[in-house]
Amino acid sequence: MSSAPDTSASAKPKNYLNEKITVSSWLLTLDHKRIAILYLVSLLAFFLIGGLAALVFRLELMTPEADVLRSETYNKFFTTHGIVMIFFFLIPSIPAVLGNFLVPVMIGARDFAFPKINLASWYVFMFGGVLALVATIAGGVETGWTFYTPYSTMYANSNVILAVCGAFIAGFSSIMTGLNFIVTIHKMRAPGLTWFRLPLFIWAMYATALVILLGTPVVAITLVMIFVERAFGFGIFDPSLGGDPVLFQHLFWFYSHPAVYIMILPAMGVVSELISCFSKRRLYGYRVIVFSSLAIAVIGFFVWGHHMFVSSQSTFAGLTFSFLTFFVAVPTALKMLNWIMTLHKGSVSLASPMLYAFGFLGLFVIGGLTGLFLSTLATDIHLHDTYFVVAHFHYVMVGGGVMGFLGGLHFWWPKITGRTYPEGIAIFAAIVIFIGFNLTFFPQFQLGVHGMPRRYHVYPEEFQVLHIASSTGAMVLGFGYLIMAAYLLWSLKFGKIAGKNPWNARGLEWETDSPPPTHNFHETPVVRHPVYAYEYASETSNEPDVQSEKGHV
Amino acid sequence: MNLLFDLLPVQATEYAKQVDALYLFILAISAFFTLLFVGLLVGFTLKYRRRTNDERPEPPHEHYTLELVGGAVLLALLMGMFFWGAKLYFKAQRPPADAMEVLVSGKQWMWKLQHPSGKKEINTLHVPIGKAVKLSMTSEDVIHSFFIPAFRVKNDVLPGRYTQVWFKPEQEGTFHLFCAEYCGNEHSRMIGYVRVLSQDAYDRWTQNLGDADETPVQAGGRLFAELGCIACHRPDAGALGPDLAGVFGHEVALSDGTTLIADEDYLRESILVPQAKLVAGYAPIMPTFQGSVNEEQLAQLITYIKSLSN
Repeated sequence: MSSAPDTSASAKPKNYLNEKITVSSWLLTLDHKRIAILYLVSLLAFFLIGGLAALVFRLELMTPEADVLRSETYNKFFTTHGIVMIFFFLIPSIPAVLGNFLVPVMIGARDFAFPKINLASWYVFMFGGVLALVATIAGGVETGWTFYTPYSTMYANSNVILAVCGAFIAGFSSIMTGLNFIVTIHKMRAPGLTWFRLPLFIWAMYATALVILLGTPVVAITLVMIFVERAFGFGIFDPSLGGDPVLFQHLFWFYSHPAVYIMILPAMGVVSELISCFSKRRLYGYRVIVFSSLAIAVIGFFVWGHHMFVSSQSTFAGLTFSFLTFFVAVPTALKMLNWIMTLHKGSVSLASPMLYAFGFLGLFVIGGLTGLFLSTLATDIHLHDTYFVVAHFHYVMVGGGVMGFLGGLHFWWPKITGRTYPEGIAIFAAIVIFIGFNLTFFPQFQLGVHGMPRRYHVYPEEFQVLHIASSTGAMVLGFGYLIMAAYLLWSLKFGKIAGKNPWNARGLEWETDSPPPTHNFHETPVVRHPVYAYEYASETSNEPDVQSEKGHV
Repeated sequence: MNLLFDLLPVQATEYAKQVDALYLFILAISAFFTLLFVGLLVGFTLKYRRRTNDERPEPPHEHYTLELVGGAVLLALLMGMFFWGAKLYFKAQRPPADAMEVLVSGKQWMWKLQHPSGKKEINTLHVPIGKAVKLSMTSEDVIHSFFIPAFRVKNDVLPGRYTQVWFKPEQEGTFHLFCAEYCGNEHSRMIGYVRVLSQDAYDRWTQNLGDADETPVQAGGRLFAELGCIACHRPDAGALGPDLAGVFGHEVALSDGTTLIADEDYLRESILVPQAKLVAGYAPIMPTFQGSVNEEQLAQLITYIKSLSN
């Protein structure tokens, strides 16, 4: 690129990875980029555990009878899958890994406002995660990730308290991360980086952080209530103690519905970046996307009751929550419209990160539209607690959330590691993952429509064919993830040196070295252009584009 | 029912058909938008694919006509769905005044049902065709959910309060009944059937559970399934009750350390007062069937259990 002194002359430029390599320099690091790597490694371990649990119970579901597991064990496996994947993978995934790495770099800052709180958040997260893992290994938990009362408080015969403590503690790490994001984005933006010059990934992190800060304390309180009822017999939820079991559902979904947006807004942020870069232009309707993220964050707090249409909540509450739920669909649909219109008259490249963005779009459109069946009262009554809900949820959370995470991981991988991965095999893996995902979850819509309830260990024979398809898909999906793990690991040592900006993208993170130096920038960048300034040579240059980019791929 | 090709499950009530019409409406809208979206995605990607690396497309102009129009059209469609869904929801929430009331009690892991005639049954609900039936439901322990897919009805069943579901079956036959809310270890075995009978057959049934042309062993086997015995008395390792094959005429070890030879009296007592002489190694969780089976049926059940030892 334009002005950097040629680093190629010096043997090995100092960066955040090679500056110090002792164990303590990693475990006590205050560098947001290293903390992001700590999170990445831990989250991938949790993803592996949650994924293996799913493979085991998918194997069990190949036949209608019980053959691999006993019912109790089956229930423990799906509970482990849910708790690990939601609390210890999806909720932290993009914010704690990509957000931690990128928020300071993308806004031209040296680090977060509170680096020590950032490091503490990882330790708190790991403590919660280890407690939850101990709970699942030492005897297991069989309440489902939703911990519905009074089953979880008075009837379950397992390590509920330990698992609840794990989730409770992990919540604090979310809060710390959210706090850091908000303060940093408010106070530490580079000169010239006004609010409406912020990349949409930053806006998505900001909206997510708001949801985290407002929602997480409520789930923390709820989990404490489970604890005191189960441990001390205080009557809160169990009617035989004078409590109300539906109260739990209100409290739980008041957080856990917005938590869905904690999982999907960041992925939307990633997809905005990918579509802009691989269409080589500013996003269509940038401000609409910004405000739709904020609208989703706000409206998301008023729709929790749509999880409870058959729970005995009043007819009026059912109507209200159904009505409000439809309003979340509008900002979400506008984002889809803006993404597709960005391709129109763009310069569209199908590089591997863009394939994940397309995967996101294709799966999220199905995930989103199937949500309409569930927000409509009469159809939800039939579909509630069936495989239709399981499929819808996975299309949004895996098709949306995980695809976004993987797309972002591929896109910024050269920035994070300094090396590129082999593109051909990455495209192959993305296609395998897409096919495996659809084979796993599409049949589940049909299962649900025909009445197959979720969380069933044994089931009537007529459902078997679709269950076999779904289990086969799960194996294909697992195989796709394995290929990906293999080439990403391979690239750490053997990948080509990436250079500053291998995708020819815009944004401050591409102005610094790959991997970035510990302090991120050699000198404070000054932003002179609107966001996604593909018509300029670089983010900080004054010059309209010249031929200087011919050298890049 | 063929799950691979049938868009919808069997519609055994008028209400089910009305819900399905709404379902198909949403499906049509979803299919339209999915195809439109994917079509544009593929079309734009092909038409505007990157041909050279130094292409420099124009940045988009900031105008919001498309967003406003698109958002308004969408919101109109969504409100259509909302009102249609709400209308049917009101219907589902309001049983007709003349509906026949059946009492339902859920417990881990069975459905106990009682008819207006006083007749009780477990896991199988017999109802007459063409007559509105209202279920008043409560739970003895955790939250369950009463779900009949063929009728498109479902409601949670809670401890400490009453909830209801109503339907008016219009097709004779046997339909699935599921517990839809996770309720513990044997959640997936908390299932049963709804049998829709002609009014005549229903009346005969309320007086006498048996069909005339069954042998006592066949009748006993049917009762064994209908009453839910089969859910716990299974041969596999996770079963909650002892397997009954080979029990009759053989020695049984009891929880108080004694043993006895299982005869007709022991079987009868175990059905009516299950905790009196509990088999070693099993929890005292079996409910009494006193009042849910008459003497004739009791004899049929015992005959069936005896036949398992031949």
